[in-house]
Amino acid sequence: MTLTSIIFAGMLTYFTRMTMIALISRDMLGDKIKAVLEYVPSAVFPAIIFPGIFINDFGTFIEMNDPKIFGALVAVIVGYFSKNIIATISAGLVSYWFLIFVVFN
Amino acid sequence: MLTKKQLFTQGMMDISPHMLSVIPFGIICGAIGVELGFDPYLVYAMSFIIFGGASQIVFLQLLSGGASSLVAVASVGIINSRHLLYGAVLSEYLEKLSFIKKLLISYVVVDQGFAESNKFFKKNKNEEFLHYHLIGTGCTMWVCWQIATLSGIILGSFVPEELGLKFAIPLTFIAIVVQDLKKLDHVIVMITCGLSSLLFFDAPFKSYIIISPLIALFVAALLLRLKK
Repeated sequence: MTLTSIIFAGMLTYFTRMTMIALISRDMLGDKIKAVLEYVPSAVFPAIIFPGIFINDFGTFIEMNDPKIFGALVAVIVGYFSKNIIATISAGLVSYWFLIFVVFN
Repeated sequence: MLTKKQLFTQGMMDISPHMLSVIPFGIICGAIGVELGFDPYLVYAMSFIIFGGASQIVFLQLLSGGASSLVAVASVGIINSRHLLYGAVLSEYLEKLSFIKKLLISYVVVDQGFAESNKFFKKNKNEEFLHYHLIGTGCTMWVCWQIATLSGIILGSFVPEELGLKFAIPLTFIAIVVQDLKKLDHVIVMITCGLSSLLFFDAPFKSYIIISPLIALFVAALLLRLKK
């Protein structure tokens, strides 16, 4: 790893962040595109969520009885009803820990 | 009308719960870099120059696995291409800003900041200084990320690995999208994206992270057409 490679990666990252914000004006996006863009959070974040749950550190699928699946389900239920971010994350982690340290131990 | 300070503070408040997952992840990121044998100064330089959790971990892992710098840099670019979508969404709210301000704000746009500020923007379209909310979320994230990765670099992995705290990352994003499960069209889009990401997980350069959103947005466009 060299400083040059980090700078290139950083520049590329910055360009992806900056391009649309700085170079797009309202008129360039039609109403149809804006309507589709409403879905961006729902269309992007599951690509972070699903692999984070179903794929392990070695890049392979987890077993169907993996504690992460249970933790994620608890987080979804608690999050849905509590509308609270801290409650969602804590519920997911605590139920995951309960399984790995108490039940499967 | 809220003042700039109120909006900035609101941004800080809105993103701060996510620090519960961001801070442990930052510590892990810093510690992994040193454990893989990289120069601690360079590992920290990444937090400042790249400033992106997933990008930094992938960059380290690829290089330590023997990938060329070109492959590592290209992968970071592809992982971050999702920011093009965030930018397109945010551009509508940031339009009135000067070019220089847009250039500066862009540096602090992160996933959680985009998500929380976008939610706030939708509800408060008429505020004059909306961008201060985004600066608030971004700066909070920036400060916490620098401190977290630095502590990981200096103190090593003092977060026990057995706790599996990387799992907090999918949980933080569950908290972001969970309320949209009330809407059937959003559920379909989410499932499309999630299943595609598993299907394309082995695609080169981690490109599943942009392939699956594009498929999901295509499905969203079809759904919009059906709705009419």
